[in-house]
Amino acid sequence: MTTTFPRTTGPRRLATLRHSAVLARRSLAKTTRNPGPVVNGVVTPALFMVLFLYLFGRPVAGTTADYLQYLFPGILVMGAGLAGMISTGSAINLDLKNGVTDRFRSLPISRTAPLLGSVMADILRYTVAVAVLFGLGALLGFRVRGGVLDALGAAGLAILFGFCLSWVTVYIGVLVKSADAVLAVGFVAFLPLQLGSSLAAPIETLPGWLRAWADVNPVTHVMDACRALLNGTAPAGSVGLTLLWSAALFAVFCPLAVRAYGRQE
Amino acid sequence: MDDNGFEVNELIKRFGRTTAVGGVTLAAPRGRVLGLLGPNGAGKTTVVRVLATLLRPDAGEVRVAGIDVRRDPGRARRRIALSGQHTSVDDELSGRSNLVMIGRLLDLGRRDARRRADELLSRFGLDDAADRPVATYSGGMRRRLDLAAALVGRPEVVFLDEPSVGLDPGGREELWQMIRGLARDGVTVLLTTQYLEEADALADEITVLDHGRVIASGTPADLKREVGGHTIALRPADAADLDRAAAIVARVTGREPDRSRRHGLVAPVAGDAEFFEITARLHGSGIDVGELAFRLPSLDEVFLSLTGAPATDTEEAA
Ligand SMILES: Nc1ncnc2c1ncn2[C@@H]1O[C@H](COP(=O)(O)OP(=O)(O)O)[C@@H](O)[C@H]1O
Ligand SMILES: [Mg+2]
Repeated sequence: MTTTFPRTTGPRRLATLRHSAVLARRSLAKTTRNPGPVVNGVVTPALFMVLFLYLFGRPVAGTTADYLQYLFPGILVMGAGLAGMISTGSAINLDLKNGVTDRFRSLPISRTAPLLGSVMADILRYTVAVAVLFGLGALLGFRVRGGVLDALGAAGLAILFGFCLSWVTVYIGVLVKSADAVLAVGFVAFLPLQLGSSLAAPIETLPGWLRAWADVNPVTHVMDACRALLNGTAPAGSVGLTLLWSAALFAVFCPLAVRAYGRQE
Repeated sequence: MDDNGFEVNELIKRFGRTTAVGGVTLAAPRGRVLGLLGPNGAGKTTVVRVLATLLRPDAGEVRVAGIDVRRDPGRARRRIALSGQHTSVDDELSGRSNLVMIGRLLDLGRRDARRRADELLSRFGLDDAADRPVATYSGGMRRRLDLAAALVGRPEVVFLDEPSVGLDPGGREELWQMIRGLARDGVTVLLTTQYLEEADALADEITVLDHGRVIASGTPADLKREVGGHTIALRPADAADLDRAAAIVARVTGREPDRSRRHGLVAPVAGDAEFFEITARLHGSGIDVGELAFRLPSLDEVFLSLTGAPATDTEEAA
């Protein structure tokens, strides 16, 4: 019996990227029907922004305008981190549970493609979250004081860090039994990671135990870096540390996730 | 060229201390349908997942389309397709997008993927629903779409794991026709089921699995010879007619019916001619029928006669 297998389009070498792009489109299409996680990625940071602004604005910085210049960059980082921290891991977990992953794994595509596709879609989601937050920040009076390139750099750093951090949740999503567990882990990790940082106030002003944590929390470096770039001040070592942390998270968790996902029992 | 669509030799698969499959051998010639029949927990899904390259066997030889799936899973995946126990189409997407996506993943160009999707949508009677989100589909439509998704790449071997679970009789009948269509197109099919009736309706050969082992195999005719063929089950509307009804059944079938069940009687019949004869005579004698069935032995009855013990675990699939 002869069978005609579909002809390949484009070079084999790029197949994984092409398949990932197809799966990223799938993920985005699902988002448009079920925008909850993305909305959450914008609404949660926006709420924190407004809340902190009116709660801490005067006491911390004297005026809300000055405080917004301090606060907004951290909110941006929160937005980029949150959009992916929760959605990627739980989406992958759902696919594993309801058999979609079985179908993908029985197709002649790389086992990296579904993970990479999901994370690629996330990058787009972070970018949207970051853009919307920039708009909200501007409405509230935030002004970029660095150059255009610095501002793009800040957005880029926030998105890059979100991308690398999302591999942690992807790994968790592959390991745990239910999507609810992914959400729970994401939520528990959210508080110390995003709030136990330089988000609301410089870490020198934090109580000792919190300061010790915020000092080692990589999110602090990302927020410091974005803050410096957006306010046109010297970022000192924070940009380098952000890049280093991003690379480290990616280098550890991407292979772990890919291996756990591709493993046959 | 290998003549088997797929074959499994002495397959062993353990999960921790559970031996899910303990030395199973089965094969289907190209273009045939093999029914894998067994109760819940028998190891059917495990066999399917090993064949579909989703699980690595602990021991044994596994080939699909002549390809050793342990040595060359990538090449095997180009020839097979899976429609799992739970349908795996995306609820949020339309039926068409689901199929186009699979086509794109199989490296079809945009236009070819659309054309293939259109072909399958009309073949599976889904044109009208093609652009609706799958969330709005009925169980039967979902299953048909899942089957269509499996066929996008024109696989030579298709694994169907309990495809009719959750379908109403109409949906099941439609599904059966699609599966028969596959076999006509020369596709080799492995179909798992908990119902002898389904295996009988679709399979060229049946393998019966229990506790991870093959306890019987053969054509449906062989198997029915072994476990008994059709039976008639009858309950007169008026219990007072029971003796007269039993006498009619005894006269037609040549042996006394089993009257151990409450209010009714059960007897083996040699084909539908005897069945019709009985119904005609009942009618002729003015006996009103309360319940009447012409059926194959249930899985329980199959197991009872094959093993002397009832099927181990027949609760609803999880
Ligand atoms: N991933 C797994 N981990 C542990 N045990 C499993 C796993 N998959 C199946 N089993 C066990 O293997 C046996 C066979 O299961 P399965 O192949 O799903 O049977 P069936 O499909 O016939 O219902 C059952 O006892 C089941 O509990
Ligand atoms: Mg099963």
